[in-house]
Amino acid sequence: MNFVHVNRRQVCLLGLAALASDRVSAQSASAGEALHVLNRLAYGPAPGDIGRVMQIGVERYIDEQLHPDRLPLPPALMQQLHALDTTRLSQRELIQQFRGAQQSARSDGEEGKAQRRELYQRLTLQAGEARLLRALQSPAQLQEVMVDFWFNHFNVFIGKGLDRALVENYERAAIRPYALGRFRDLLRATAHHPAMLFYLDNWQSVAAGYPAPRAAGPVAKASGLNENYARELMELHTLGVDGGYAQADVTELARMLTGWTFNPRLSSGDSVFYFDAKHHDNGEKQWLGRRVAARGQAEGEEALELLAAHPATARRISYKLAQYFVSDEPPPALVERLSRRFLDSGGDIRALLKTVFDSAEFRAPQAVDAKFKTPYRYLVSAVRASGIAITNVRPLVATAYQLGMPLYGCQTPDGYKNTEVAWLNPEAITRRINFANAFASGRLPFARPMDDADTGGMGQVALQRAGERTASAKFNPAWATPPVDVDLVLGALGSGISARTRDAVAQAEPGLRAALVLGSPDFMHF
Amino acid sequence: MLRRDLLWGAAAASLGLLPVGRSAWAVVGEPPASAPRRLIVVFLRGAADGLSIVVPYADPAYYQARSSIALGRPGTEGGALDLDGRFGLHPALSPLMPLWKSGKLGFVHASGSPDATRSHFDAQDYMESATPGRKSTQDGWLNRLLGALPAPAGGRATATRAVSIGAVLPRIYAGNNQVANIASGAAATRPTQLDRPVISQAFDKLYSADDKMSRAYQASQQSRREVMDSMAPSDLEREMTAANNGAPLPNGFPDDAVRLATLMRNDARVQLAFMEVGGWDTHANQGGASGQLANRLSPLGSGLAALATRLGPAFDETVVVVVSEFGRTVHQNGNGGTDHGHGNVIWALGGRVNGGRVLGQWPGLDSSALYEGRDLAVTTDFRTVVAEVLERHLLLPDARLDEVLPRFSGSHGKALGLVHA
Repeated sequence: MNFVHVNRRQVCLLGLAALASDRVSAQSASAGEALHVLNRLAYGPAPGDIGRVMQIGVERYIDEQLHPDRLPLPPALMQQLHALDTTRLSQRELIQQFRGAQQSARSDGEEGKAQRRELYQRLTLQAGEARLLRALQSPAQLQEVMVDFWFNHFNVFIGKGLDRALVENYERAAIRPYALGRFRDLLRATAHHPAMLFYLDNWQSVAAGYPAPRAAGPVAKASGLNENYARELMELHTLGVDGGYAQADVTELARMLTGWTFNPRLSSGDSVFYFDAKHHDNGEKQWLGRRVAARGQAEGEEALELLAAHPATARRISYKLAQYFVSDEPPPALVERLSRRFLDSGGDIRALLKTVFDSAEFRAPQAVDAKFKTPYRYLVSAVRASGIAITNVRPLVATAYQLGMPLYGCQTPDGYKNTEVAWLNPEAITRRINFANAFASGRLPFARPMDDADTGGMGQVALQRAGERTASAKFNPAWATPPVDVDLVLGALGSGISARTRDAVAQAEPGLRAALVLGSPDFMHF
Repeated sequence: MLRRDLLWGAAAASLGLLPVGRSAWAVVGEPPASAPRRLIVVFLRGAADGLSIVVPYADPAYYQARSSIALGRPGTEGGALDLDGRFGLHPALSPLMPLWKSGKLGFVHASGSPDATRSHFDAQDYMESATPGRKSTQDGWLNRLLGALPAPAGGRATATRAVSIGAVLPRIYAGNNQVANIASGAAATRPTQLDRPVISQAFDKLYSADDKMSRAYQASQQSRREVMDSMAPSDLEREMTAANNGAPLPNGFPDDAVRLATLMRNDARVQLAFMEVGGWDTHANQGGASGQLANRLSPLGSGLAALATRLGPAFDETVVVVVSEFGRTVHQNGNGGTDHGHGNVIWALGGRVNGGRVLGQWPGLDSSALYEGRDLAVTTDFRTVVAEVLERHLLLPDARLDEVLPRFSGSHGKALGLVHA
């Protein structure tokens, strides 16, 4: 009955079996194994990628990807990224511009509101461009895949106030540099970043009963604890909900983190993190069964160290990595090995990834094609497979919204899931097919100049409107990309497209063929 | 709305799209004589503050615990709207007062999950699987309910017997029975590439197997036809403007609620529906009669009122249950917000609701009565409410009830009287 999958599995099985002997004698890889690593370490193959990986061999490809510093960005991409002026602003400048725009929207009537709207649009659109252009074009694909993984693990939401201005800086300063580094550094970077401090309210969590001074500013109005960050720090970022803590531990950790805030005026250097000693709770705490003496900022710093090295954290991160890279229900033995590796490597993410990629579980036939693409991965992989260079990411931004996965738009701190059960539903399939048809026939304005701005920001409502405009606005042929070349796509995807689908494609009228490939059941999995 | 449709009309013509659904001048269908019983579940994700929704204004401890965010007593500026002399409704929910007065809106206070978790994600999971404390349950209770309902009269197969609004399927619908999801907003009925027969025929072949993806595709195509049959754009246009006295409805919940009502009124086969609203996690500056929470409640209230109105006669055979995963701390925190708590309030609306009453045992807010010294206690298991709706409203026999609510025996002999027998 299950034709498509049986066929594809057999193809890949043969490929992997052949490779096992190849690997002994030579470095070259089979097409099947090359496709598998391109699907998992990258956002799928672009034309020519499978051949290149076959040539250098899978092991060397994996090694390359584990060292993104050895993979410089191509000049054209550097140029596109360089044009994004808001990505060069410091945290201080971003906060000041955001607050300035809020102020003028309050005081300067319609003109002030228009200015604020313009700033919001620029900030959010450039954040989306910085993310999508790299995901589409960066040769350091694994780094971009890990940015997606860690951003969702340490999620912040662009729709919450100041985070509209900070989300791109958060990804650039707190996530990307550590994406393959040490978990401890990643945890510390997120904990000190104003986007996280703001999103989970810790910036205004202060010692209970602190007599509020009359100074201006929201922190001055705070009069006690806010548990939000302390809870999610243990539940989502580290130990996990069953990691062995109680409500009292949440409250005590919140006390230890009082005074962790940001202040563009008082901080120095590029970070606006500020430890406000006056608002710190200097009482003794009892946390996770130990006594914590009052030591100011050091209480929180040491809590992060302890959480980062905790066995429950090791287990949680290992499970999530194995789920992301191997299968929705990851093999317990692999999770166990990864947990041990986490602990004995001091949370070295590169070492963990290497353990995943070297594992029999990752290379097993059951793992091949076992994952269902998230909307984000679907869109990025479709554009990559087409070989078409786009200058305007708005159609992707709008489609991601329609597919229920707006970029930076997950409101809750758990981030987007990456499992089939979360994303496979009737509406999802037909929406993807509709995108495939519009894209393959060159009807999406991917070539529209970016400064031709009429689209809103990426707030929920603005995005919905953007999506509707994209669907309904009169289409200017000058914005079109060329129709997707079906032979190029079929070549790019290799054994990822089954014989059955290839037959159906060959029988269809020429104008529909590329859409059938990108909208096929085969292309929904990876 | 109008401008968008005109634009789209031009675009559709230029793309050679064919119109789908019934013709523009079709008359809105009358519900059949034996109208089916319906259930709509609305989930407020993020833990909505029940103490600000159904306000215990007669309890002095409420005002002591919430110095800056408590709603005032009825009759005061921005005060709660009196319900029964003990409780008052948040003033942002004033569009629902007519339903309360006509006995079609009721509440169960101090209700929630028997599980103590203060994790949003676990608590939502438990409320959607209806197996609190058990994470291994794979399916959601609305999906199990779909399987447990007797076959529809006439036995016509339908893809839209159970629907969800939004781009993803919620946990509550996870399971083996096929559920349709319908896009939020105007996208639900906008023409698409797949409406073109040449395209759909080509993809029908690709998705003709019997795997998960093909089944999803087939269900989507079938529900698309059913939705377009019941929601011709011209009908919808009229519904949407009529629902708000001629003004366009705000995007989001009210807009979706009217679309759902239109679908359910015109297509009697739609029996179960689910909607969700996020943004209730008010850890800071939640406000009182105005502010963040009020800004969330306002579209919820007007949307539910519009849903009731636009369902028309079908509202008499519908129960709408509004739930949220847990309540929030009785005491406000250091930032004029509230942290994760325990007990909450469940709402029920519908012609078969025995409303106009705040049900459930009220444990009070004295410190000795609080759960773990900080939260409203739970005196009614949320499954008691669900069970009563299933038994009395959907007439589910006991044997099937156990399938939908496994390991739950709490409702026996403890009827709340929330739904007319």
